[in-house]
Amino acid sequence: MKRTILHSDMNNCYASIELLHRPELRGKPLAVGGDPEARHGIVLAKDQLAKKAGVKTGMALWQAKQVCPDIVFVPPRMDLYLRFSRLAHEIYSDYTDRQEAFGIDESWLDVTESCSLKGSGEKIAEEISRRIKKELGITVSIGVSWNKIFAKLGSDYKKPDAITVINQENYKNIVWPLPVEDLLFVGRATKKKLNKLGIYTIGALAETDSDILKIHLGKVGMILSYFANGNDNTPVCYQDENAPIKSIGNSTTTPRDLTTETDVSIIVWLLAESVSARLREHHFVGNVVEISVRDKDLFSFTRQKKVSLSTNITSEIATYAMELFRANYNWQKPIRSVGVRVSDLQIDTAPVQLSLFSDQERRERYHRMDQTVDIIRKRFGFYSIQRGIMYQDRKLSALNAKEDNIVHPCGYMQRGNLTGVR
Amino acid sequence: MGDESSCKVYVSTAAEFSADGFLRPLWIIWKDGRRFDIDRVVQVERAASRKAGGVGLRYTVMIGGKRHHLYYEDNFKWFVEAKSSV
Repeated sequence: MKRTILHSDMNNCYASIELLHRPELRGKPLAVGGDPEARHGIVLAKDQLAKKAGVKTGMALWQAKQVCPDIVFVPPRMDLYLRFSRLAHEIYSDYTDRQEAFGIDESWLDVTESCSLKGSGEKIAEEISRRIKKELGITVSIGVSWNKIFAKLGSDYKKPDAITVINQENYKNIVWPLPVEDLLFVGRATKKKLNKLGIYTIGALAETDSDILKIHLGKVGMILSYFANGNDNTPVCYQDENAPIKSIGNSTTTPRDLTTETDVSIIVWLLAESVSARLREHHFVGNVVEISVRDKDLFSFTRQKKVSLSTNITSEIATYAMELFRANYNWQKPIRSVGVRVSDLQIDTAPVQLSLFSDQERRERYHRMDQTVDIIRKRFGFYSIQRGIMYQDRKLSALNAKEDNIVHPCGYMQRGNLTGVR
Repeated sequence: MGDESSCKVYVSTAAEFSADGFLRPLWIIWKDGRRFDIDRVVQVERAASRKAGGVGLRYTVMIGGKRHHLYYEDNFKWFVEAKSSV
C-alpha cells in the first residue's frame, strides 16, 4: 500500500520564535547567536531579512555584522524553542502516532492511517499548517509524498508557509530537475564524485544504472539510486521509540581559552559529571572513554582507550580522560573546546567479573556518592553541590553541561539501513 | 519583555480550579490597582498573540460587557494585549 508521509519544517524556527516574542524587532534583520561574551559567537539562525542580506548560519557574529550592518543579535533561549517543539509535536500527535523528529524543528509524520478519516495528505497538511500558525504563531513548510525523502524535498521546495505535494504524476517535474546535492546523504564529497560521472541533477542520478553507481560509490550508490527514484522504504517510527544509544558524550566551547592543566581538568571533570549522570540515568556502564580536544586554531583530535572495568563513575571517567589528555597534548597552543565521551555501553545490571586488583568496595562507595549527588541536584538544582576543583575558577565552572546541551544532531540511518536496499 | 513599546501586559489574576480540573479566571487586577471582574468565559483555546508576542491558552472573556483576550502562558503568567503602548 502507498504510504502518505508529511515532512513538516518550522520556517526559520529560532528566529521566528524570537520575532513572535519581540514584536518591536519585526521588520529588522535578526540573527539568533550565541553570547559573544561567552564566545559562542556564531549565528545559529537568522530571519528572512538577514538571509536576504547574505547572513549564513555558522558565520561569526562579526562577519554577519559586516554583510548586514543593521543586524540585531539576540541570545538563544533553548528552553523556549524546546517548548515550541513540544507544542508542535502535540499538534502532530492529533493526526498520527508515527512521528519522527529530525532535529528540533523538523518532523516526519506518517498519516496513512488518518487519511480515511481526514481526507488526503494535502488536507491534513493544510490543517496542521493552519493550526501551527494560529496556536504557535509561526509558519511551517510541509512536503507531502509517499516516501520520507521526497516529503523532505517537498518541504524544502517552497518556503516559507507552503505546502508541496509530490506524487507519482509530478515527481519527475519537481524532484528530478533539483541539483543532486539537495538529496539527503549527498555531501560535498559525494557531490564531487557524482559530478565527475556527469550527474548533476536528481533526475540524472535516478536514470543512471544502479550498478554503475555501486561500482563508483559502493552501497551508498545503491541507496541514492533508491532515494532518487522514490523507492525509499524507511519507515517513520513511532513517537516514543528512541534509537538505541551507542555512546554518551558532552563537549563544550569554553568561556575562555584554556592554558593550564588545571583549566582543562575543571572542564573535564564538569563534562565527566554530566556524562556519568546521563549514563546512570539511562542505566548504562561503558567500556571506552574518549576525549576530543580542539585548540584555538580549530585543529582538533580525539583519543580513546578501553578501560579495565566498565564504569559510570565520575571520578574514573575524569581520571581516564585526563590520562588521555596528558599523554596526547603538548600545549603548543591554548585550547578552545573539550569533549568527553563514553562508548561500548552495556546495561548496568549485567553481571561483572570482579578484578583482584581493584578495590570493589571503594568503587561502590564512589558510585553511591555519585548517586547521592544526582539526587541532591535533582531536588535542589545543579549548583547546589559542587566539587572543590570548581572553585579554582568560577567562570569556567559556571557551565551546566548536562542541562545546557540537550539537542543532538541525528542521522537518517541511526536505526540502521531500512531503505529497502540490501 | 517589559519593553516600553510592548503591548504585552502581565496582570495579577485570580483563578479557580474546579473539582474536575478546569481553570477559570475570575478577575484581573490592572497595574493601577483597579479590579476587573470576568463576567463570563466565552471560549478557551490554544493560540498565539502576534500583537503582544506570546503563546498560551487564550481565554476569550467578557469584562464589563466587552470581549477581551486573556492569555495564560506556559510560564504560569497571565497577560492581556493592551490597546496601545503602556
